[in-house]
Amino acid sequence: MGSSELALEIKGLSKSFDKPAVRGLDLAVKKGEFYALLGPNGAGKTTILRMVAGLLQPDAGRISVFGHDAKRAPLAAKRIMAWVSDEPMVYDRLTPFEYLEFVAGLWQVEAETAAKRSAELLDWLGLSENAHARCGGFSKGMLQKVALAGALVHEPSLIILDEPLTGLDAGSARQVKDVLRKRVADGVTIIMTTHILEVAERMAERIGVIAQGRLIAEGTLEELRASASEGSATLEDIFLDLVARNEVAA
Amino acid sequence: MIAPNSLGWFARHELGLALRDWSAMMSAGKPVRRAVLAAIFVVVTIILHAIAYALIGSWAGAGIGPDKQTLVWLSGGGLIFFTVMLSQAMESVTRAYYARSDLDLILSSPANPRALFAVRTSAVALTTVGLAALLAGPAINVLALTDGAHWLFAYVVLIALSAFATALAIFFTAFLFKMVGAKKTRLISQIAAAVVGAGFIIGLQVVGILTYGSLSRFTMLNSADLVAAMPPDTSVIWLPAKAAMGDVASLLKVLLAGVGILTLAIVFASAGFARYAVAAAGLAHAKSAAQRVRTSFAILSQKQSLRAKEFKLLLRDPWLLSQSLMQILYLVPPALMLWLNFGQSSSIYVVVVPVIVMASGQLAGGLAWLAISGEDAADLVASAPVSPRDILVAKIQSVIGAIALVLTPLLLLIALGSLSAALVTALGCTLAAGSATAIQLWFRSQAKRSMFRRRQVSSRVATLSEAFASILWAGTAALLISLPMLAFIPAILATGALVFAFALRPRGEA
Repeated sequence: MGSSELALEIKGLSKSFDKPAVRGLDLAVKKGEFYALLGPNGAGKTTILRMVAGLLQPDAGRISVFGHDAKRAPLAAKRIMAWVSDEPMVYDRLTPFEYLEFVAGLWQVEAETAAKRSAELLDWLGLSENAHARCGGFSKGMLQKVALAGALVHEPSLIILDEPLTGLDAGSARQVKDVLRKRVADGVTIIMTTHILEVAERMAERIGVIAQGRLIAEGTLEELRASASEGSATLEDIFLDLVARNEVAA
Repeated sequence: MIAPNSLGWFARHELGLALRDWSAMMSAGKPVRRAVLAAIFVVVTIILHAIAYALIGSWAGAGIGPDKQTLVWLSGGGLIFFTVMLSQAMESVTRAYYARSDLDLILSSPANPRALFAVRTSAVALTTVGLAALLAGPAINVLALTDGAHWLFAYVVLIALSAFATALAIFFTAFLFKMVGAKKTRLISQIAAAVVGAGFIIGLQVVGILTYGSLSRFTMLNSADLVAAMPPDTSVIWLPAKAAMGDVASLLKVLLAGVGILTLAIVFASAGFARYAVAAAGLAHAKSAAQRVRTSFAILSQKQSLRAKEFKLLLRDPWLLSQSLMQILYLVPPALMLWLNFGQSSSIYVVVVPVIVMASGQLAGGLAWLAISGEDAADLVASAPVSPRDILVAKIQSVIGAIALVLTPLLLLIALGSLSAALVTALGCTLAAGSATAIQLWFRSQAKRSMFRRRQVSSRVATLSEAFASILWAGTAALLISLPMLAFIPAILATGALVFAFALRPRGEA
């Protein structure tokens, strides 16, 4: 796979806090791909994604976003990227409309275009009625949808989502998944961590399994199934088998 | 063994939590050796006692008679402490209703909420006594040492006054819940607490200025006219002062009244506690009324977007706004003094300019924390294509803009009387506000804006350096006007405070 076909290329990425969190990670995600990152709690998934989004400095390694070196040209990388965490990054005292206006200002989206896109996004996510009410009294699901609208308003080429479906009800989760599918169909690259294996199984084209800061397996569901022990039928079986084997090996 | 859900059981639970909270506050969440904490405590205690001795040692040493002037002095000083206690109690009682941490768990259990309310309000009274003892303790100890052990009764008076302050706070909060509902009670109570805390001191200053032309809050209490106008020695208003001086009969009356009223307040308000706390809990899920509907976005640069967001958030948070406005309130007396003495005397600037310089430093410290550390969507801003430098510049511009807005009228007023005094004030304010902002930058940490109340305990070094720098720049400005040759001394010390803060700044990833 040539570098020009890649949305994200990570080489030798390492990060330690009290103990190593990410150990010499190599990862490549193709343009327009939906990539799911799975791993047990504390495996290093969020740390990896935060380094990609420029929210943490790596100790070693290289991150390239659509050819932009995230360390040498962080602003160029951030301009085409969006980050959505499991804790919605929203201001209680701003309305969704004002929040999107603020995000559009940060990414310098032309005002008229941003307003039009915002109206579409709020409508699509079922937030139109609350567009001009302050976010302070919103439910977790509504806040997560406002944060997602913020991530989409500047039309990024790469969207990084850390557990975006945590705490969402079935209806909201469906809306978010539909929005993400549509973006992938439009050519956007998505990297997502999730504990909901069914979501990864249904939505992701490729799945990476992280354990103890390393990528221990990667591929399509079929490829992962082939690499797992016999009798591993579902992604849950495969995931548990791979993690258990890695622990034994360690 | 203590029965579950009883008053004692709740008291033990609350005490355990309070001790851990206190420990975390003292160590600012970092592991600190107990010996270091003890050493800091001893040094601060010695300094406070030395200051108290310098202020009242010779007066007390000469013997304090129970005359009317002394009663006025003690009652006036006591009233200052009482307003601080009342302010603290109002803030704490309101929090008892609105704090959610474990309230949802307890209110959803079969436990009796009246017992919990009784324990929590008693804890408020104890905390209030603690604060008052911390402030008044050195003065009481010096009085006991120099004039006699009977002054130790003043501690008991503090207990009675704190019980009375807590009772007033409970009645006031319950009254607000009944009259204006859960949504407005918190805001009104917090603003009232802030105004009460500063109101009496500012009131004394204003009366002092209008009557005697002095900014000192004690001028009024020294007035012969005031002493003459006061009720006779036998009046009940002197009971707390007499009790503090060792009169056992007065002490018993004051203690009985304070504790009695607190008990009444707890009995009266505990019945409605669960109802009001549940109403307060419902606010977290209440949506605000729709704002003015716009369909177009404003065209703003990245820095403008950041500045607009900062101002919008500050203006929409009435509590944060009231906290900042409180610091501005302290500028009212010097402004009044300037106004009254306009063009009459140049010596007025020696008094007024340092007050303005110090206030600008304090105001800048609060605003800088809000703009730099109090970021509710830190990841969003950090993941945006804006350089960290530009983000900081925009946030600092927000602080400077707000300070300029407040200070410009005062500077213009000074400039009309003396251009040089205005220049010195502007320079002093710039240095004080710049120092406070720099310290907040060096000690920046990621926090929610709702943590504003606890910002001062997150770093003791930052808090102390900020206070010292403001005071020393105020001193520099005063000397630049009166004795310019000596102005370099506080200026060097202020620079030293900044170097000290810079050397001790936390390192690592912000």
